Amino acid sequence: MNRARADEEEYWHSSKFRAFTFDDEDDELSQLKESKRAVNSLRDIVDDDDDDLERVSWSGEPVGSISWSIKETASGSTSSLEGRDSSLQKGSSSYAALPKQVSSYSLSSLFKGRNKLPSFQSLSDALTDTGVKNYAPELRRPKAEYKDYSSDWSPKDTVRRMQRGKVCSLERFRSLQDKLVLLDEAVAGHDGNVITAVLIFLKRTLRREILFRELEVRQVALCHLIHFLRETGEQKLLLDLLRFLDRTEEVALSQYREHLNIQDVEKRREFLKGCIGLPFSAEDTSHIQDHYTLLERQIIIEANDRHLEMAGQSELFRKYPRKASILNMPLVTTLFYSCFYHYTEAEGTFSSPTNLKKTFKIPDKQYVLTALAARAKLRAWDDVDALLTTKNWLGYTKKKAPIGFHRVVEMLQRNNAPVQVLQEYVRLVEDVETRLNLATKYKCHDVVIETYRDLKDRIQLTAYKSKVERGSAEEEKINSILNNMQIRWKN
Amino acid sequence: MAFAGRRDAPEPPDFGILKRLARDQLVYLLEQLPGKKDLFIEADLMSPLDRIANVSILKHDVDKLYKVETRPAPGASDQFCFLVRPRVRTMRFIADIVNADKMSGRSRKYKIIFSPQKFYACEMVLEEEGVFGDVTCDEWSFYLLPLDEDIISMELPEFFRDYFLEGDHRWINPVARALQLLNSLYGPFGKAYGIGRCAKMSHELWRDLEEESEGEGQGRKPEIGHVFLMDRDVDYVTALCSQVVYEGLVDDTFRIKCGSVDFGPDVTSSDRSIKVLLNAQDKVFSQIRNEHFSSVFGFLSQKSRNLQAQYDRRRGMDIKQMKDFVSQELKGLKQEHRLLSLHIGACESIMKKKTKQDFQETIKAEHSLLEGFDIRESTSFIEEHIDRQVSPIESLRLMCLLSITENGLIPKDYRSLKTQYLQSYGPEHLLTFHNLKRIGLLTEQAAGETLTAVESKVSKLVTDRAAGKITDAFNSLARKSNFRAISKKLGLIPRVEGEYDLKMPRDMAYVFGGAYVPLSCKIIEQVLERRGWQGLEEVVRLLNGNEFSVSDSTVEDNPAWESQRVILTVFLGGCTFSEIAALRFLGKERGCKFIFLTTAITNSARMMEAMIEARA
Repeated sequence: MNRARADEEEYWHSSKFRAFTFDDEDDELSQLKESKRAVNSLRDIVDDDDDDLERVSWSGEPVGSISWSIKETASGSTSSLEGRDSSLQKGSSSYAALPKQVSSYSLSSLFKGRNKLPSFQSLSDALTDTGVKNYAPELRRPKAEYKDYSSDWSPKDTVRRMQRGKVCSLERFRSLQDKLVLLDEAVAGHDGNVITAVLIFLKRTLRREILFRELEVRQVALCHLIHFLRETGEQKLLLDLLRFLDRTEEVALSQYREHLNIQDVEKRREFLKGCIGLPFSAEDTSHIQDHYTLLERQIIIEANDRHLEMAGQSELFRKYPRKASILNMPLVTTLFYSCFYHYTEAEGTFSSPTNLKKTFKIPDKQYVLTALAARAKLRAWDDVDALLTTKNWLGYTKKKAPIGFHRVVEMLQRNNAPVQVLQEYVRLVEDVETRLNLATKYKCHDVVIETYRDLKDRIQLTAYKSKVERGSAEEEKINSILNNMQIRWKN
Repeated sequence: MAFAGRRDAPEPPDFGILKRLARDQLVYLLEQLPGKKDLFIEADLMSPLDRIANVSILKHDVDKLYKVETRPAPGASDQFCFLVRPRVRTMRFIADIVNADKMSGRSRKYKIIFSPQKFYACEMVLEEEGVFGDVTCDEWSFYLLPLDEDIISMELPEFFRDYFLEGDHRWINPVARALQLLNSLYGPFGKAYGIGRCAKMSHELWRDLEEESEGEGQGRKPEIGHVFLMDRDVDYVTALCSQVVYEGLVDDTFRIKCGSVDFGPDVTSSDRSIKVLLNAQDKVFSQIRNEHFSSVFGFLSQKSRNLQAQYDRRRGMDIKQMKDFVSQELKGLKQEHRLLSLHIGACESIMKKKTKQDFQETIKAEHSLLEGFDIRESTSFIEEHIDRQVSPIESLRLMCLLSITENGLIPKDYRSLKTQYLQSYGPEHLLTFHNLKRIGLLTEQAAGETLTAVESKVSKLVTDRAAGKITDAFNSLARKSNFRAISKKLGLIPRVEGEYDLKMPRDMAYVFGGAYVPLSCKIIEQVLERRGWQGLEEVVRLLNGNEFSVSDSTVEDNPAWESQRVILTVFLGGCTFSEIAALRFLGKERGCKFIFLTTAITNSARMMEAMIEARA
């Protein structure tokens, strides 16, 4: 077996060496297709001889392939010498080297189908059904299509054959002119699979500068080559091509993209460092710089905090163990983390929120928003209050939020803020209707009562009495307002 | 002709045969490797497979089933069969298995079945990896999966990225073959319309294929009379909008996969998930799928009351009546009960999720974008969305919608939104932005194109009507927002006095709450009405041309045939449930039937996800 395998490999090697061709000698599928076609075109000749043929397996009877190809000839197609040659060679060499694989496509199994043996019921269904004609056009082709072994396909015919999944040698397209005509035909044929196939051939048979030069004026083909190189991961060639085309930004992005495949953070950091000098736009260069700096920070913070957590000294880490590592997280997530675990740290440390804010020029709005979320999560209401309080130049304080106060309320409520805390911010919701809704929903009675009072809505206020506890301070408050003669109720 | 007179829409043809064909061919291909074997199936092929075959068919001599990318167990069979999409990555996976076997001296037979076709690039990889010849290859021409009585999917979500982003034409041939197959089974199609570069190429390649097999089907009475091909990039706006018809909402919320959905514990109110097939057979679903979400509740509660009443009839029945009831009606009622409770559960879950995501506000922002008002406000809304890390996909979607409707973002906004996005969701999204720019979904206006900013300021100052005039004036000054101009030309934003009655829709705009008629569907409507592109020259120019309208002179054109009112609409790059609902509505109005052929069902999230770079 080993020996056979070695032979086989050598065989493939040599075949590859010889030439690039999709025909690739063995291609069982093509054989299957040819045989299917043969079977179909031979229907009249073979007819009831099926039983005989059934015993003749492809591998067991290499003559079969020859006789088959002869029959193919007999069935009226023009067969050239070269074509027959290759099929002869195919027969003998594949017999020697590949008994196993080839045997899986036995002629017998094909003919069995015709015989309607029970085990091939579905096959026979597929073949005998009128469906063959209409539903599976490729199983039956007009005779004109069967001149398979002619070598002189025009570029157009070559492309057409390839589009239909037929084997076709591209070997004879040797002059640059021929190659380009072939490529242009492939593009005109609208089948990306064929365009790529031709490009693979050109890539192997042309010096890259020449290929690049020709592709520069053939945009569709160029897209195919770029996509192909991306898919197969031929990064070096891809970069050469992009450089040749002067697409420097794409060069940079393609290189930067590779960081996604680097798992090890240290290596990733090193790699990103190298990306900073790539020809990005000025704007993107700063993003890349930030990406590098961020990861660098995260590595330091992670090492520190893991240590802290393991030591078990910090109460914060004990009480709120980290759910995941901070590595490779976005900046805002990192800021949240630092507001959560390192809020009070001095600006000098890498993990302090203010340091992050400064380093990455985080806008105030974003900063306050994130800090709010973090501190609310810890239920540090004083911090929340401080974040929302601003002093003007006269020293008066004022509540100010970077987002609507209704959002602040939502955020606090989600973290189970007590009513006293909540109501202070509900009161600040500008839109009266929203304020009333929120206040009612979260039972901020004072706010509801005051709002109705300000609206001079006696009916609603009276109705609200039923929502508060009997004998409570709130009820008293409602009563005193209702009894206030100075208010000019609107209803 | 399609829209002549108001008649009942014809019934759709029976697409069941497509499933049988695919199944039979698969069985045939599996039989090509006789004896016990292990079967490796590509993850993306599993759901489509589920829809055409059951495990017992696959068990046909199949010992173990694996998902591609999982390594075979040590005691595996002597034969491996791989059922895969033609992808380089998968070829490498297979090559690794073969080479590992070779190293350890294990001998096995390997067969790769490509669906829907083999690519030369795959063979090249096999050759390079030194396993060409060790494996045999075959093709399973499974192009068409009928998802419902009027929807056929090619299940090729990668079509979108491959064609529109990478410019790769590899899927055009499968599309042409799909058309050929449908034409041979349900055609011949008398007339073909289309718009878009890919539509044009697919049509040409298909005609090319037809020429070879000419003569077949001549003189046959067709079941489908017309075909309309459209590229997704003709209308990105519609695909980017939040969906509000029930089926679209279910897709946006739970992801419908191959016509079925997994309802989780929050929907089933039990501890397990239930997989539900969503199609015309589901009696409850089929009545609410195309409805605006707001009408769905009313329907469901009415339905529940009816059901209750029917159950209640049991009371006061005698034994005989009871027996009849149990044997004849109970099963149906139980089934209906099960479906009702599932859809009610789904509605609740949708409501809960959408309230949490400020759906109302999002829709409001979307509508202003579509109408072109309060652009600054919408921009801040998007900004806040990003800052709060609401959802990376949603944020992208809104940015794209802003960009497409405004013909690009003003440079200042582009830069600031991009920076904030990278800070909120990760710097590697730099690659996403690059992709979005290349495909044209999120672009930056070139200097001098910043009229929109001025315009939106102006529009704040004057009334709607005047703003419209100003917009027109600007249009003549600078090449800008094609969407606005197209929207004006085609009247995509209905001007309605008072409330739009969503329960009694007057036009296709109902699928977006009465705010916007989907562009794609409007084009189809207009072209069918005019039997061509005459009179739409300006719209075509704004859509970048590539329109066509071809009659097949060899096909008998008998106006009496019902097929004249059956139109196959082909969406290259995906089609949304909102578009399907809109055209179903149009079909009902005009007495015609639309059949949908799409490369895949899509929605805004899928489109955005296709633009994100992932680890190789």
